[in-house]
Amino acid sequence: METDTRTTLLDALRNDLGLTGTKKGCDHGQCGACTVLADGRRINSCLTLACMHDGEEIVTIEGLGAPGRLSALQRAFIHHDGFQCGYCTPGQICSASAMLGEIEAGWPSSVTADVAGRPDLTAQEVSERMSGNLCRCSAYPNIIEAILDVAKAKGS
Amino acid sequence: MNPFVYARASSLAEAARLGLDKGTFVAGGTNLLDLMKLEVVAPERLIDISRLDFGGIEERPDGGLRIGAMVRNSDLAADGLVRERYPVLAKALLAGASGQIRNMASTGGNLLQRTRCYYFYDTAMPCNKRAPGSGCQAIGGINRSHAIFGGSEHCIATHPSDMAVALRALDAAVEIERDDGARRVVELESFYRLPKDTPHIETVLEPGELITAVLLPPPAALRQAYRKVRDRASYAFALVSVAGIVRLEGGLIESAAFAFGGVAPQPWRDETFEHILMGNKPGPDLFARATDTLVMQAAPTKDNAFKVLLLQRTTQAVLSELTGV
Ligand SMILES: Cc1cc2nc3c(=O)[nH]c(=O)nc-3n(C[C@H](O)[C@H](O)[C@H](O)COP(=O)(O)OP(=O)(O)OC[C@H]3O[C@@H](n4cnc5c(N)ncnc54)[C@H](O)[C@@H]3O)c2cc1C
Ligand code: SF4
Ligand code: FES
Ligand code: FES
Repeated sequence: METDTRTTLLDALRNDLGLTGTKKGCDHGQCGACTVLADGRRINSCLTLACMHDGEEIVTIEGLGAPGRLSALQRAFIHHDGFQCGYCTPGQICSASAMLGEIEAGWPSSVTADVAGRPDLTAQEVSERMSGNLCRCSAYPNIIEAILDVAKAKGS
Repeated sequence: MNPFVYARASSLAEAARLGLDKGTFVAGGTNLLDLMKLEVVAPERLIDISRLDFGGIEERPDGGLRIGAMVRNSDLAADGLVRERYPVLAKALLAGASGQIRNMASTGGNLLQRTRCYYFYDTAMPCNKRAPGSGCQAIGGINRSHAIFGGSEHCIATHPSDMAVALRALDAAVEIERDDGARRVVELESFYRLPKDTPHIETVLEPGELITAVLLPPPAALRQAYRKVRDRASYAFALVSVAGIVRLEGGLIESAAFAFGGVAPQPWRDETFEHILMGNKPGPDLFARATDTLVMQAAPTKDNAFKVLLLQRTTQAVLSELTGV
């Protein structure tokens, strides 16, 4: 694709490629609505330029699952009522999918008691690790339950 | 956003050369793009250094660590050696920003992130840092987040980095490379410049110079802590933060290295404070005496006087955590 040097990854996805699942909340890295996976890592697509990601694999909510083939996290969000308006949800789910991998890889967080040890899979850990995804509807308790459910099913 | 030319550098030398020619480096982009969108900064030419090989996290012959400039904050905080030997650094990194931002933010970019002073961000307002000579709206304006140490009559902004506070307590140094390949190493202590009458010049970096790495000396004492106080429990900048490293010997504090964030234009350190602690038996009286001295030179403003007591109490809490009394 070709686009202006100024185009953020977020605008390229939404405007140039028509993939509107990824949302624009603040456009300044403060809300997480625009979270996508770049080569498997969660990032804010609003704070990076499309041209900086030439050749990388970008996965958006559309790539994680779609009606008829929902991912485990998507099903869990529905089951636990992990949203109200749904605006933050694509970002929450993209973020959570990579976050679970970070826990599996043993990455600590600022609430991990021993920073050199392995983190436990607790609500407190999940909530700290998801703090980059705001929800104006405040569906947080259900979001955390949904994520914990999937994490426990994965046995991580 | 203003139009700009984008170039991806293919080598460190090319990056530094382009940097000399009105270029601005972009690493993770998390600070630069934020500021470009608001037109607080308007680079003519962006030089993408994110795919250059600055090296990873490597042990040095002296037992210290070399951290390449493009090592992302999340990878640094997750590194086994860092977590084991420099836990204060891992903790400070994890206390900053969010999982997504830490995945993007680089070691070099983190050191060079700009202040979060609201007037710096608001192009309708005077600000000596953004527009030299235009005045400082924070002095006499809203200055709750501003400095109590090291400010000048031209600027009282704080440096927002958590990582830099831990690095300062760890006596880190910055490795810098010029376009001709010459390298120099500057102690973090002398890397930042106080605002004085040139608040727009924040470090000793010359145009075109690249940060190539951060160097850590061999691990200090293992009693290390980082405590950050902020307006919400996560994903917010520090009002006050404290990085502390202490060694106890025979019930006495043998050595103490402390750096403070959220209170000054650069990570703040106070030798007198550390000397009061050293050689003495830890306890509430000693902690109170030391933290009284720590704030003796504080120059709070209208809205941030609370930082004086907050700094004392946070420091006492860290001292108590580190010494077990
Ligand atoms: C919502 C939000 C919350 C945040 N919260 C925190 C927080 O709580 N604590 C905290 O510490 N930080 C926080 N940050 C800031 C974040 O840590 C920084 O934006 C990040 O570390 C900058 O790194 P970068 O690689 O993205 O830098 P960039 O934005 O790419 O660059 C920043 C500056 O450094 C220069 N530069 C970059 N690399 C080099 C190099 N190698 N040599 C020379 N110059 C270079 C660039 O030219 C630019 O001027 C937050 C940011 C956001 C958006
Ligand atoms: S404190 Fe510094 S950054 Fe803030 S308005 Fe004053 S000059 Fe600008
Ligand atoms: S839109 Fe990217 S973080 Fe809010
Ligand atoms: S569901 Fe409405 S913002 Fe999260």
